[in-house]
Amino acid sequence: MKKKTSAKILSQKSLAPGIYDMWLECDIAKDAHAGQFIGVYPNDKSTLLPRPISICEADASKSALRLVYRVAGKGTAEFSRYNEGDCLDVLGVLGNGYDLSLLKGKRVMLMGGGIGIPPMLELAKELFEQNKAVTDGEKAEIIIVVGYRDSKTFLKEDLEKYGKVYIASEDGSVGTKGNVMNAVAEENIEADAICACGPMPMLRAIKKFAEEKNIPAYISLEEHMACGVGACLGCVVKTKEVDHHSHVNNARICTDGPVFLAEDVEI
Amino acid sequence: MRTEIEIAGVKWKNPVTVGSGTFGSGMEYDEFVDLNKLGAVTSKGVANIPWPGNPTPRVTEVYGGMLNAIGLQNPGIDVFCERDLKFLESYDTKVIVNVCGKSIQDYVDVVERLSDEKRVDMLEINVSCPNVKEGAIAFGQKAEALTEITKEIKKHAKQPVIMKLSPNVTDIAEMARAAEAAGADAISLINTITGMKIDINRRTFALANKTGGMSGPAIKPVAVRMVYQAAQAVKIPIIGMGGIATAEDALEFILAGATAVSVGAANFVNPYATLQVIEGIEDYMRRNNVEDIKDLIGAVR
Repeated sequence: MKKKTSAKILSQKSLAPGIYDMWLECDIAKDAHAGQFIGVYPNDKSTLLPRPISICEADASKSALRLVYRVAGKGTAEFSRYNEGDCLDVLGVLGNGYDLSLLKGKRVMLMGGGIGIPPMLELAKELFEQNKAVTDGEKAEIIIVVGYRDSKTFLKEDLEKYGKVYIASEDGSVGTKGNVMNAVAEENIEADAICACGPMPMLRAIKKFAEEKNIPAYISLEEHMACGVGACLGCVVKTKEVDHHSHVNNARICTDGPVFLAEDVEI
Repeated sequence: MRTEIEIAGVKWKNPVTVGSGTFGSGMEYDEFVDLNKLGAVTSKGVANIPWPGNPTPRVTEVYGGMLNAIGLQNPGIDVFCERDLKFLESYDTKVIVNVCGKSIQDYVDVVERLSDEKRVDMLEINVSCPNVKEGAIAFGQKAEALTEITKEIKKHAKQPVIMKLSPNVTDIAEMARAAEAAGADAISLINTITGMKIDINRRTFALANKTGGMSGPAIKPVAVRMVYQAAQAVKIPIIGMGGIATAEDALEFILAGATAVSVGAANFVNPYATLQVIEGIEDYMRRNNVEDIKDLIGAVR
């Protein structure tokens, strides 16, 4: 059940310039899954709206959520100034995450670009856990491809616990020079399914790649949001078919997504 | 202590409803709010056929508020009746359907379609959305146009008609009087105030539509002033709105002359805002020994 609740900051540190790693204690953590997000409210009331931030890790046993976010404006700048013990209001858990049942027995490529990398960690972790519970034939192969700006490869060590990690960097300082698609080409990576989160040009390239390879790509979209619960119709994406809820070619990213099958959306 | 109010013969259990477009048809907020506790649910604007709305970005934050340019995306009246009205059937609250259109005939089509719907208690006519190219605000910025559409809708409407007024006018009192003279049963105000935000780093407009309607706490003083001016000008009941986030805000509108109030953008900030406003009004009445909420309407001295 979604709710607005208070969250206590358990820890916060900077992972790279402008990138912060925050653990929050909140009772909604038990409901959180890979690909979902929460709304985080600034305490400064001149900035009213909840900031949608994806879940990097969820630890139900500790009622804790890990958020790794980039400072992009006033709200996230405020969050970055908080320390252990400070409190924030959060709204969640929001959206539909990745459907792990669709990934059983497949070679799954988890692709993250920049601040789209954090949700890939929880996804890798959940796939890794699912693999323990299923038959050999249903185990997924976890292939992780992540793209950074430079050598500040945040979350790389965490990701390596769950699968083989390929890296691309824009400046060529680590791994393949370029983006995740360059890394896929250089390393000849083959997959049966893709799960991705990252900037729109990357998601467009992945949608095209998946269509050429005839494999499903589950992509996580981003848009400016107000309510986060499907009421305001602020965050829509164009859909190929008429959407079941809106009855026009628009789906709500916050509630019908943020994860969509790439072929279903016009991006 | 009595919190009931009455607008055009329709009795609400308390004076609190929601701003159209901020609450869907209640479905999305059902998880947060017991809809039975609301005076009324006001639905998102609905047209005769589905509307796709505007391109994104459709929303952006501004100091103390937000801009939106959704463009009245809606599934059309048929789906609305089958799904949204059906959903509201089991709730003990009044239902106000917000109606939009591109031409007078569009509005009339929706109003007629709703005339047999038992679940619809009132109609709110959106002649003030600033985000669509045709219709809507075009009928709400000139007194003559407002008079014409109000008269036409009143000819066809079975339920009481609330005309929702735009703040983007020179003289709100003139518009309120025009609506009243044309037969409106009530007026609601204010809709959003047209605004603009520019992203200086990208040198682009923050909204794809360039302009958007501003809502949120920052617009409240403008809204209170306009409700007061409208209340001085007409005798029909007023539903006041614009930046209401707390009971204190709501009480300002009631004292300025509003019979009822709507919580709008505050739902996005605090999904429990409506219930907290209702409880806060009751607290205020207890603290100030107010027996009947009607004693507060227009009671500013």
